[in-house]
Amino acid sequence: MEHIIDIEHLQKHFGDLNVLHDVDFKVEKGEVVTIIGSSGSGKSTLLRCINLLEIPDGGEIRYKGSNILDAKMDKGDYRSKVLMVFQSFNLFNNLNVIENCMIGQIKVLKRSKEEAKKIAMERLKQVGMQEFANADSTKLSGGQKQRVAIARALCMDPEVLLFDEPTSALDPEMVGDVLAVMQDLAKQGLTMVIVTHEMQFAKDVSDRVIFMDKGVIAEQGTPKQIFENPQQERTKQFLSRFAAR
Amino acid sequence: MSLDFAYCWRMLQENWPMFWYGIKVTISFAIVGTLGGLIIGLIVGAIRGLPEDPLDNPIKKGIIKFFQAIASFYIWVFRGTPMMVQALFIYYLLRPVFHWEPIMAGMIIISINTGAYMAEIVRSGIQSIDRGQVEAAKSLGMSNFQTMMHIILPQAIKNTFPSIGNQLIVNIKDSCMLNVIAVTELYFQATSVAGTQYRYIEIYFVTAILYLILTTLATWLLNVAEKKINKTNTITIKDHCA
Repeated sequence: MEHIIDIEHLQKHFGDLNVLHDVDFKVEKGEVVTIIGSSGSGKSTLLRCINLLEIPDGGEIRYKGSNILDAKMDKGDYRSKVLMVFQSFNLFNNLNVIENCMIGQIKVLKRSKEEAKKIAMERLKQVGMQEFANADSTKLSGGQKQRVAIARALCMDPEVLLFDEPTSALDPEMVGDVLAVMQDLAKQGLTMVIVTHEMQFAKDVSDRVIFMDKGVIAEQGTPKQIFENPQQERTKQFLSRFAAR
Repeated sequence: MSLDFAYCWRMLQENWPMFWYGIKVTISFAIVGTLGGLIIGLIVGAIRGLPEDPLDNPIKKGIIKFFQAIASFYIWVFRGTPMMVQALFIYYLLRPVFHWEPIMAGMIIISINTGAYMAEIVRSGIQSIDRGQVEAAKSLGMSNFQTMMHIILPQAIKNTFPSIGNQLIVNIKDSCMLNVIAVTELYFQATSVAGTQYRYIEIYFVTAILYLILTTLATWLLNVAEKKINKTNTITIKDHCA
């Protein structure tokens, strides 16, 4: 099976704080991987390293076999294939909904305005936001913003979508809408790496669950293995805190 | 101490062509200086506020550092010296080269001077923008330059519009310093009138009132513009989606 993302010996520290030690991590095409773990375990940093929002201090990140940290690699081109959906949505405040979905297509993929608009409308429809195409992006609810952010990423025809706690900043009643969109994408075979605290969602949607603790991958396996039969003591402890709620 | 209002009114009417000419020059300098300064300020402020990208190669980083040093030097000098001194120095220094008229020289000097303030306004506007905006643009694959042009600057301009507008008010008043290189703005004209009438109190009273009318009108216009900008959320540096 081809690995679309292949990470070896990844290291990252902020000052004296070691956030990632020697992380090995592979994603296959079409796979849905969820990363769970407590705050500060390094899961968001791992995701941000994959999108190059953080530059690793050591190790390699290969995308379809080529090292993205290589100076010759076109970072813009890579990022437009492996996109991030953020916890805080980060819709462009100066652009309306459809412009948010068009700007990347026009500036990065060099699509025509007409083509970009057509694709943007299709993607907005896919996330149920087509009626808001001309709405002011700052006036939407959190759940609506996140769905637009997902549409914006989808407009780039991504190979991989990275989700950094996509529902953590949402009101509880909005979470379902966003998770439904993501579930739909998973069914369509999109490759996704999701950092989440939604355990039920991780159980339902993942092909593989990764549990991170103190900057290392402590345990990984199918949802069944991780949630029903965890091997490591710290995985058990982490999950018991969720079960108790 | 006496202020003869009747004389003020008569004097204004008699010398209206002189004053009117001065008003027109003052308004032109305020507008040109503010717009010219804004253009300079956008360029210099964008250079100063360019986010550091650890992915840039050392040569590119060096070039950026070099331009940032020039930008800082420019702001340091032009914010740290009086415009009157700048006007005299630059006008006489470059007159043998450009053979320029006071009007031309004055417009360039006021623009350069305003640019130094605008650059700091623009930079503060850039810094006020949420990091997430930049990260989202990068995550889509947009270059630093594209991010600056299409995401950061439009928001920075909008956020700092009151400060940018304030420079117009400042320029209406400060253009009077250009009288030292014989720019025939309102203060210069008033001084000419005073030179023939010897009624300083009345003449400068009238001049002050005229400046106050100009700045009041400008304030009102800026308020209208600000309301309009706040209503449309999407201000753009000319068709970002074309």
